[in-house]
Amino acid sequence: MSETMDMIVEKDKKLKEGWEGISRFFRANSLWMLMYCTGCCAIELPQAMTSRYDMERLGMGPMATPRQADVLLVTGYLSVKTLRRVIYAYEQMSTPKYLVAFGPCPINGGIYYDAYAVINRLDQYLPVDVYIAGCMPKPEAVMNGFQDLIDGIKNKTADGWKRYRDNYEWYKKNQVESLGELRIKDEFHE
Amino acid sequence: MNMNQVFLGTLTGLIILVFAFFWQTTLSGVTRKIVARFHKRYGPKFYQEFRDIFKLLTKTGISHGWVYNFGVMMALGGIMGTAMFMPVMQFAAFPGLDNIFIYVYLFAVGMLGMAMSAVGSGNPLAGIGVMRALTQMVGYEVPFMVVVLAMVYGHGTASVSELAAVQQTAGLATWNIVKMPIGTLVGFICLLGMLGKKPFETFIAPAEIASGPMVEYGGKQLGMLMLLHEFSIFIEVSLFVNLFLGGAVTVVGYAIKYVGVFVLASLISQALGRFKIDQVIKYFYRWPIALALVQALIVIFLGWGV
Repeated sequence: MSETMDMIVEKDKKLKEGWEGISRFFRANSLWMLMYCTGCCAIELPQAMTSRYDMERLGMGPMATPRQADVLLVTGYLSVKTLRRVIYAYEQMSTPKYLVAFGPCPINGGIYYDAYAVINRLDQYLPVDVYIAGCMPKPEAVMNGFQDLIDGIKNKTADGWKRYRDNYEWYKKNQVESLGELRIKDEFHE
Repeated sequence: MNMNQVFLGTLTGLIILVFAFFWQTTLSGVTRKIVARFHKRYGPKFYQEFRDIFKLLTKTGISHGWVYNFGVMMALGGIMGTAMFMPVMQFAAFPGLDNIFIYVYLFAVGMLGMAMSAVGSGNPLAGIGVMRALTQMVGYEVPFMVVVLAMVYGHGTASVSELAAVQQTAGLATWNIVKMPIGTLVGFICLLGMLGKKPFETFIAPAEIASGPMVEYGGKQLGMLMLLHEFSIFIEVSLFVNLFLGGAVTVVGYAIKYVGVFVLASLISQALGRFKIDQVIKYFYRWPIALALVQALIVIFLGWGV
């Protein structure tokens, strides 16, 4: 009896893995971006999107709202004020979701390392899947970073959304420490 | 109609649905590639739209309440039901039931389902988008129906497959694009409005109202909306091909007409800017409606184009 149960569980697991593999193929080849363009690295995105580098070849395209998007692009420095909005946007996206950070500012603060209003390390607050280096990163580097993200999705290393789910307490603690208070204003249900 | 006919008709309808999905989704991808070439880009793979739809269906979808979920299903069901009635070449699921008014009314079920679902999400931008979509519908329906009713009056039948068959009697000379050129022009402008192509893209407006009705959709629900979008394009373009371009007898003729209409509409969309909603209504109620009335008067009083 238990052997048949084991077989069923094993079969179920295999089926689930197969389905996950198919899902990863589709997710890797159809990435919709939400561009959070408050930093200066955003200036490199138009070249990457238009005819010179043509991001659409990879199946990527811009989307209007967080709900529709798969990838959140944080292009450059984040002040404490904008960090709050980025967290709202990230939490609105439906899983699986990925986060790409541009330039040195989200890594260690960059040239804003001692600014009082700018956060230094983004991965204290949100899980980052890919960093793109360069101040600002050239369009080649941007395209390379997106290729890295696609490879990461294919071989399961881009799992920031799982890390965020598993370590939510830690991320939440850091967010609250930095922002003071996390308050979601819900105009429709108040 | 006995049970056997109902069964066969349903089967044919399902085959038409499967055909419509693969045909229109492939064509949307190809059109994205053509548009990309116009931008001097390389463009995505031609099966990109399939990837997008299946990716969305594998994502998790959050709900905004049962109205939101039910509205999506009602919209998809309504549009799929409408698509089953559409004659493709000589194949029609329910012969004798493909009356023009079937499409007008069944299509509205899908549109209303989508409106209900979008408003159910509670986002004000969705409400604005729905309001604009329905206002635009009032704009293009009137001139389109004037032309179609003139055509129905002239040919003495309201069945879409019969209207197509009438045009196949003597080749090009009997097509409605030759017999009713003004009406065809009006029909094409209204088709741009139905497809939401660019001068009439007001209800989507991604940069202005964050894609309007779709603003709160994500994951599975957005995937279902994309399916709905492909089916509704199929209905609208098929209707235009059947009514104005003489339907189609062969696969090649069908493909050429359908692809030609859809690609032309997509390319026009790339060259134009977006109207404001009051401009849309003023536009539709100025030129298309005037031309439609002229065409109707010609058909009724001069008897041309019958």
